[in-house]
Amino acid sequence: MAEHLTKSAARNIFYGGSLFFFVIFVGLVAQSFHYATTVSETDPITPAVAHGKRIWERHACFDCHTLFGEGARFAPELGHVWQRYGGLEDPDGARDRLKDWIKSQPTRVEGRHQMPHFDLSETELDDLVEFLRHASTINTQNWPPKG
Amino acid sequence: MKYESQNVARLYFTGAMVLFALQIVFGLLGATLYVVPTALPDFLPFSVVRMIHTNALIIWLLMGFFGATYYLLPEEAETELHSPFLAKLQFWLFFGAAVAAVVGYLFGYYDGRSYLEQPMYIKLGIVVVALIFLYNCSMTVLKGRKTVISNILLLGLWGIAVFFLFAFYNPTSIVLDKMFWWWVVHLWVEGVWELVMAAILAFLMIKLTGVDREVIEKWLYVIVGLALFSGILGTGHHYYWIGLPAYWQWIGSVFSALEILPFFAMVIFTFTMVYKGGRDHPNKAALLWSLGCSVMAFFGAGVWGFMHTLAPINEYSHGTQVTAAHAHLAFFGAYAMVNLAMITYAMPQLLKRAPYNQILNMWSFWLMTSGVAFMTFALTFAGVVQTHLERVLGMTYMEVQEQLGLFYWMRLGAGGVVALSVLMFIASVLLPGREAKARRIGLQAAE
Repeated sequence: MAEHLTKSAARNIFYGGSLFFFVIFVGLVAQSFHYATTVSETDPITPAVAHGKRIWERHACFDCHTLFGEGARFAPELGHVWQRYGGLEDPDGARDRLKDWIKSQPTRVEGRHQMPHFDLSETELDDLVEFLRHASTINTQNWPPKG
Repeated sequence: MKYESQNVARLYFTGAMVLFALQIVFGLLGATLYVVPTALPDFLPFSVVRMIHTNALIIWLLMGFFGATYYLLPEEAETELHSPFLAKLQFWLFFGAAVAAVVGYLFGYYDGRSYLEQPMYIKLGIVVVALIFLYNCSMTVLKGRKTVISNILLLGLWGIAVFFLFAFYNPTSIVLDKMFWWWVVHLWVEGVWELVMAAILAFLMIKLTGVDREVIEKWLYVIVGLALFSGILGTGHHYYWIGLPAYWQWIGSVFSALEILPFFAMVIFTFTMVYKGGRDHPNKAALLWSLGCSVMAFFGAGVWGFMHTLAPINEYSHGTQVTAAHAHLAFFGAYAMVNLAMITYAMPQLLKRAPYNQILNMWSFWLMTSGVAFMTFALTFAGVVQTHLERVLGMTYMEVQEQLGLFYWMRLGAGGVVALSVLMFIASVLLPGREAKARRIGLQAAE
């Protein structure tokens, strides 16, 4: 270690530098907070969406699926599942198909990843699907490129 | 070992090893579900297996950090712990909360977000545990000698507690939820945990190599400085695709690319200290784990992290097995190994034995390191194939999974090797060595 760097200089650089970067970080996060609520998430967070998110959390969906690439990698990404089910062209059909899929689990097909059976009421299923529809409207900087 | 109260560390290290074994069992179960998806009964779906695997990991690492702190703080502060009773109480509360959480998970009691699935009362219990711990440690340091190691260690531990508070903030907006979730997850493992790791390594270097404290402390400041200067804004590499501004792609790419530096500095640090140090410490196994820790952390956190951190690459690899590969090697190299190094160093002293079963311990080192490395390679290959098929060619998730079976079998096999090595490690630390051998090495030991 260089002789001219004294221990107290190293200490001051560490504490001062860390504080400096943390302040910048907090500032950028504050700006991002504003951006998230005004630009990227313009679809309103209705009580149904909020309730759907709670169901997503209560049943640990993220412990198999990814959402915007985050979560476990045991099951498909769900950020655009609404589009994959044709929600843009036929919202009612997509909603029914998604609910039917969830209700029909597990498939018990050998060699295929199994999704558990969740005891969800019709309202809960509606809200969960509503949360996934809402998520599909968020501007993710065009991620994923495909798939 | 110079202070009676250091003995509380034994509880923590033993508890950590129990949960380490649990983590590995559920890791094996999860890996099995990837290749034989119908292998387990309905009450053990992949989601529950994964949450026990990841939670047991985090809890045993924290338990190891607590134990390491209680072991090294009296020697650094040159005084007994403020309250050994509180330390024991804190252990049983923490261990009890961990057991309650795991049993609850099996019965469907979980709620929250990834890694933070603990029900509210468990989360509150964790806060109580943290408060007891920070009070006990801060009081110990306040009445004793203040060293750079104990200051950095406590700063890291306070940071862990403060950022955990964001586990209680769960906005209804999925974008804000994700943004602040990383305040716990990233600012822990790519921030304040690095302070704890570097402080423990610095303590081990002083003990094992005998290099002058002044030199080691200066290194410590440089390492933790590099960690936070790169790591804080490096959080941006999680903000690329979750609904946040595009500028994070620049900030995240530049700063997280620099996150390799503190890990590189730790490799140079540990090897330089061993090279300079004159001490021939009898605990060769602890030295092996310490050096191995800096090297594997450099590859796992540094190289494997850098591999997919630049935004134009991450756009394709994000959310594939590449991430899983990086996560396994990084957690093992940086945080599992620093704990195993400390346990290997401290347990013989706590159990009042010369450092023995060294051969078994060193075998476990090589076997575990090779096993996790092989697992990482298998997952990396799986991730690269997955990235290409899914993100470039546009095949669907399940079609792609069918192409990856070979890699998942290799991962399961590697997991079996790791499980064996973990049993060897635990045996080497807890079981008494052959008396004769212990005496012979004990006579050679100069300290």
